[in-house]
Amino acid sequence: FSSGFCWGNSVERKIYIPLNKTAPCVRLLNATHQIGCQSSMNGDTGVIHVVEKAQDLKWVLTDGPHPPYMVLLEGELFTRELMLQLKGSSRISGLAVAISKPSPAQGFSPGLKCPNDGFGVYSNDYGPQYAHCNWTVWNPLGNGLAYEDFSFPIFLLEDANETQVIKQCYQDHNLPQNGSVPEYPLCAMQLFAHMHAVTNTVTCMRRSSLQTAFSLNPEEVCDALSDYNVWSTLKPINASSKINPVDEVIIVATRIDSHSFFWNVAPGAESAVASFVTHLAAAEALHKVPDVQMLPRNIMFTFFQGETFDYIGSSRMVYDMKMDKFPIRLDNIHSFLELSQVALRNSSVLWVHTDPVSRRNESIQPQVETLVEALINSSVGANVTLQEVGQSQPLPPSSFQRFLRAKSIPGVVLADHRTSFQNRYYQSMYDTAENILMKYPEGLSPEETLDYVTDTAKSLAEVATVVARALYQLAGGTGNTSAIQADPRMVSRMLYGFLIKTNNSWFQSIIKQDLKGLLGDELPQHYIAVTSLVNTTQLVQYVLANLTGTVVNFTKEECLNPEKTPNPEKEMYVYTWVQGSRDPNSTSRVPFCVQSTVHLTKAASPAFELKQWGSTEYSTWTESRWKDIRARIFLIASKELEIITLVVGIAILILSLLATYFINAKAHVLFSSPGDGGTVAY
Amino acid sequence: VGLVVGFSATSHVSGPSLLWALDPVARGRGVALAFFWLVSLLLSSLVWFIAVKASDPGDELLQKGLLIFGVLFSVLLQEAFRFLYYKLLRKAIEGLVALSEDGCSPISIQQMAYVAGLGFGLMSGAFSMINLLADALGPGTVGIHGDSQLYFLTSAFMTMVMIFLHTFWGILFFHGCETQRWWEMVAVIFTHLIVSGLTFWNPLYLGSLVPSYLLMFATAAWAYILSGGCTRNLLQSLQGEYLVQPHVQRRSPAEALPLRGRKGNARRGYSSVKDVASFDLSPFSRDVNPFLALASGETPQSGAIHQGDQGAAPFL
Repeated sequence: FSSGFCWGNSVERKIYIPLNKTAPCVRLLNATHQIGCQSSMNGDTGVIHVVEKAQDLKWVLTDGPHPPYMVLLEGELFTRELMLQLKGSSRISGLAVAISKPSPAQGFSPGLKCPNDGFGVYSNDYGPQYAHCNWTVWNPLGNGLAYEDFSFPIFLLEDANETQVIKQCYQDHNLPQNGSVPEYPLCAMQLFAHMHAVTNTVTCMRRSSLQTAFSLNPEEVCDALSDYNVWSTLKPINASSKINPVDEVIIVATRIDSHSFFWNVAPGAESAVASFVTHLAAAEALHKVPDVQMLPRNIMFTFFQGETFDYIGSSRMVYDMKMDKFPIRLDNIHSFLELSQVALRNSSVLWVHTDPVSRRNESIQPQVETLVEALINSSVGANVTLQEVGQSQPLPPSSFQRFLRAKSIPGVVLADHRTSFQNRYYQSMYDTAENILMKYPEGLSPEETLDYVTDTAKSLAEVATVVARALYQLAGGTGNTSAIQADPRMVSRMLYGFLIKTNNSWFQSIIKQDLKGLLGDELPQHYIAVTSLVNTTQLVQYVLANLTGTVVNFTKEECLNPEKTPNPEKEMYVYTWVQGSRDPNSTSRVPFCVQSTVHLTKAASPAFELKQWGSTEYSTWTESRWKDIRARIFLIASKELEIITLVVGIAILILSLLATYFINAKAHVLFSSPGDGGTVAY
Repeated sequence: VGLVVGFSATSHVSGPSLLWALDPVARGRGVALAFFWLVSLLLSSLVWFIAVKASDPGDELLQKGLLIFGVLFSVLLQEAFRFLYYKLLRKAIEGLVALSEDGCSPISIQQMAYVAGLGFGLMSGAFSMINLLADALGPGTVGIHGDSQLYFLTSAFMTMVMIFLHTFWGILFFHGCETQRWWEMVAVIFTHLIVSGLTFWNPLYLGSLVPSYLLMFATAAWAYILSGGCTRNLLQSLQGEYLVQPHVQRRSPAEALPLRGRKGNARRGYSSVKDVASFDLSPFSRDVNPFLALASGETPQSGAIHQGDQGAAPFL
């Protein structure tokens, strides 16, 4: 009675059990289609049926006497065949998927077989034999479930305890006893996930813009997926002006986002995190080299956001470069090095992918060869074997493809796979730390886990070392590269922070003071979302600043307002006041000022800038808006009981009316005392 | 689910309350009464809330004990407010009598007793049921934690019995106050405590509902007798008026019946009142009673006070 005043009244608590640890499937739209799930306005209710093997599905689809059903599916059975069966049935009102621990052995990828098809460089005009994965199917395990449109809600049950509660309710009330029909009351589930946007981006953006233009209280129905790219240069440049057209820049790129079937579930360990952590380690290693400021060419470390959704970040950067809105132009780019998925190297081989079409160009080909040679030279002595894939093989899905669309640039993409992905859980909820074989011994405290160096970290550190050395050579460095080493401890810390827990002591010491909500205790997710500056982007920004920047002796005011103190150098740098680490003896922190070259640039698709919502050139992905997303279970009563109750109630009503009429009519009899009777009032 | 249940189960009072609703004075008083009941509930719940907050939430037994204490306090407070209202009403009637031309009040204390009880009952019923009805509108029913499925149905029946009981208690209580029969008031308080206490036997619904209904019938019979009825009248009315004319003996008001063994003559000086009908020593045995007055179309006193179709009984 006394606790829980916050939630509902006691009658509501008697009836409903809310499910708190769930993730919904939401609706996303692009220029031509809508994908994802939709529920009714007031939620969808159905009798729970647990499907643990394929035969259980028969009850739901044909045999069960109490449709519609709400299916509780084991994660192993979450396949395309089963989902298509459910999609066609009218006896399903929703689906709850229990996450499978351990991950399904045969692999699971709800992404497409050919990711970002049509938005890369290969098309009917450029390498038609490579378009639409005709040459290589990159993601053969992809079942495309995330790109289907479902008319019922689908939720993910993340907590095994909640799944057990639901199964217990099912076993108590819904199990058919010896083939007979289960009796009321039955255990039921209700899922609320009503999406406001329909059809495609063109429709929903048109409706939203009408609302914004004409309504006093605009009700927008969808939002474009957008965020920020993070970039930094080895030698500082003035970000508000353009660099010298003669200057050459080498671009190093990785993506920092991922996706899965469910909203905001995107651990992305192999598809994104391992790559950008390696990139960060290489950047740190390079900054430690003493003579980098004298290198002839500059190096730009770029972290693209939104690459999962048809290259939002990289297409925007190319567009900005073309429109002269970015300090660096396409002509400044000397070469391009991209780190794709690098964590699952088979017998320590790292594959070098190049674009066969641009290599036919006589000026590009030698530059590519130089690139590859630099990489191979750098791998001597490290536990990495670099090998080129066949020269006629196309590039895997990568941000480099967007740059090639604009201009032929020599570049390579490094990956751990030769043909199709090594990642069997590409863009799924199972692409977690276990997928990249991060293993920690038992019984370690969080601090010890943070500092423990896993084998994965060592492997990625070696890749980072090779990349850093190659970049030094490509940038014109002439010194000995054997001193350039990436730090496995730092790699391990980053992997822990981006895959297991962001709220650790190292991350706490490198962020700004007033950003407490940035670090959480649950598993980090790397979905681009529609709000600006998701946690991942901010954390990458702070980590990059910490690893590549220098500590300067400024006061807090000077650090926060650098324009106050006149110094021409100040325009080249960005100053961040970070809160520093905690003294072991006291509880206060020692903040300091970090000088770095880390910048943010908008990563929103040019289609929305140009208002070309039906564009096939740029990404048009939007996310629907919604009001209420929740799930709960309860018992439902039989229709017979309800009817009986109603009839009893009406009978009592009629009886009472008749009785009142009777009493009223006979009042003079009923209430007269014997002997005096009399109706006379006065 | 139980939406129509609760609605219909408590709509049993729609019959008598329609009568009540037609009389504006009674209506106004009834609303005031409902407000009084609400205030009493507010105060008693405040006491319980403070007690709960000040105590250890983990101690189940203590919480249960506090709840029992809260219920006790609430019952006593409700009855206290009923008494308070009675006092208020007496004052009001005195004032109205002083103001009126012929020294009779526009509404009798018996009517007010009935309205008082009904007002209390309706408010208590509404309070109990609205909460449940709001949740009954959803798709679920009680039971997932093991509670009985009949929760809504039994709540509706319990509310019905409470409304009835409040009505009869109103009549009994006011009669006790009028005739200085303190034991009647004590009986009301006592039965109220019993019925509230019986609800602690839920979910053993048989244990709480059956005795409550028995008590309700007993109280009903008692209130009926106090209102001037007896078994003979009951039988007569059931036989049908076609057969036997009611014993209508017209007597002049002046030939008021002597006291039939009833004592208690603590009436204040209403010497200006010619007609003692309202304030007779045995008010409930007389012709002036709510049903009779309204049914026969004759208003107490001149009828000039009431406007509207007081004469027409609603169901005729």
